[in-house]
Amino acid sequence: MNIVVENLTKQYGTQKAIDSISFQVKTGEILGFLGPNGAGKTTTMKILTCFMAPNNGDVKVGEYSIHDHQEIIKSKIGYLPENNPLYYDMPVLEYLEFTAKLHGVESSSMESRIGEMVQVCGLNAEKHKKIGELSKGYRQRVGLAQAMIHNPEILIFDEPTSGLDPNQIIEIRNLIKRIGRQKTVILSTHILQEVEAICDRILIINKGKIVADGTPETLRKQAQGEEMLRVKIEDESNRDLISSSLRSLDSVAAVDPVADALNTFMVQSKPGSSSKRAVFRMCVQKNWTLTEMSPVETKLEDIFRELTT
Amino acid sequence: MNKTWIIAVRELKQFFDSLIAYILIVLFLGLTGLFTWLYDSDIFFIGQATLQPFFSVAYWTLFFFIPALTMRMIAEENKSGTIELLMTKPVTDWVIILGKFLACLLLIIIALALTLPYYITVASIGKIDHGAVWCGYLGLILMSMAYIGIGLFASSLTNNQIVSILIALLIGVFFLFIFDLFARNSAGLIGEILDYLNLQTHFESITRGVIDSKDVIYFLSISLFGLILAETMLSKRNIVD
Repeated sequence: MNIVVENLTKQYGTQKAIDSISFQVKTGEILGFLGPNGAGKTTTMKILTCFMAPNNGDVKVGEYSIHDHQEIIKSKIGYLPENNPLYYDMPVLEYLEFTAKLHGVESSSMESRIGEMVQVCGLNAEKHKKIGELSKGYRQRVGLAQAMIHNPEILIFDEPTSGLDPNQIIEIRNLIKRIGRQKTVILSTHILQEVEAICDRILIINKGKIVADGTPETLRKQAQGEEMLRVKIEDESNRDLISSSLRSLDSVAAVDPVADALNTFMVQSKPGSSSKRAVFRMCVQKNWTLTEMSPVETKLEDIFRELTT
Repeated sequence: MNKTWIIAVRELKQFFDSLIAYILIVLFLGLTGLFTWLYDSDIFFIGQATLQPFFSVAYWTLFFFIPALTMRMIAEENKSGTIELLMTKPVTDWVIILGKFLACLLLIIIALALTLPYYITVASIGKIDHGAVWCGYLGLILMSMAYIGIGLFASSLTNNQIVSILIALLIGVFFLFIFDLFARNSAGLIGEILDYLNLQTHFESITRGVIDSKDVIYFLSISLFGLILAETMLSKRNIVD
């Protein structure tokens, strides 16, 4: 199911939590929501799940609008809220049954659905315990299980892997990836590697506005601009000579020596040109040994920092 | 209706799992039993086959017990954030409120049903006015509905259970005797309105065996009004200026 968000605005008092944001998510897409604390990620998710009404704008899930068809939308969404609130005094199985019933899961398929969720989320050993007795990671699994119990077409996860150990994180990421092929998934996270690992598309929001939207590759390309090379040349002790020779090349815009590595330089090319060949030819000509030449990619961290500070 | 029932069953289960239900039932039976059979103006003292002593004790105990039941119901969900979980399920706010209302009412009805042996005992030792007894039970149930309405509203106002029970008791006290107090000191229309708001007169007229639609409407409208306010508090998050 496609989700179309149009000019969504939510105000708390005089402060705009989200300011006229618009985006779309298609079926089979995993959208990663990134942003610093207080950027409006959770608010957006609360509006999408019909927990809060926006001051302005509309969200369309398929052909349904959050203003008119809350019940239908709610039944199509599986939601894991921030901080994963749960009824701590209920046993896991009983709680899953309660959620399944609220979602109108048929009683004939109830047992198999619950069994499947227990299996998928790895809750088998803990299923008879009360939720309050579980560790944080297991509670998170219960939260994920209750969100997926009715096999919804849309999944909205607010920080799905928080509190999990590294093994569990990888399991949950694989799970989300697998599910995401047929469904629409929106998740928010602080962990940038996570976004790179599982998301097809990234949406960075800052102070209630969308500042970037695209696949990890396109974002990286946008931020990168000019080619950047890390070059190491041996057999020549005069650093200044190397540096000035590099600078004299036509395609090179700037050369910076790397502080903590011997004879290593960062070479920035002029816009639209590449200096890999020129550097190599120069080394051959001068009989220097080129031991390293690697393109430097802009990391997602850098993009994130640049856009949100 | 189906989903209301699912929520009500969960709440009721929680009452029994957390021992609240057992403690309440034991206390209720203990207090009403003590004052009906053993202490002060009990049945043997007044020497009549009547359940009046039971009804007047129940009248007071329910006033304290019901806010103790309802204080947790919404306040706790507000505090732990589970209200968000519940509200993003395909249920309306009304279903949530009615489910909680139903759970409280069922628990009270269970507690009242357990006092039926009092009735059977009294009926076997004397000639009892059966109509008055059933009216008395009906009066207690109607009054409980009113208190549950007030209690749920108080619980929806806050995320602190203590604040919630205090507000419920405060509102209850107004209906119990403050309106009556004011009514005595005011004349004319205001006096009449205040007199009508006083809970005791309505309750007593029912327990005497007279079911007047005026009294029934009184209790039902307090209950409904409380529930409407509670629902408004829940859906407040949706109101945007």
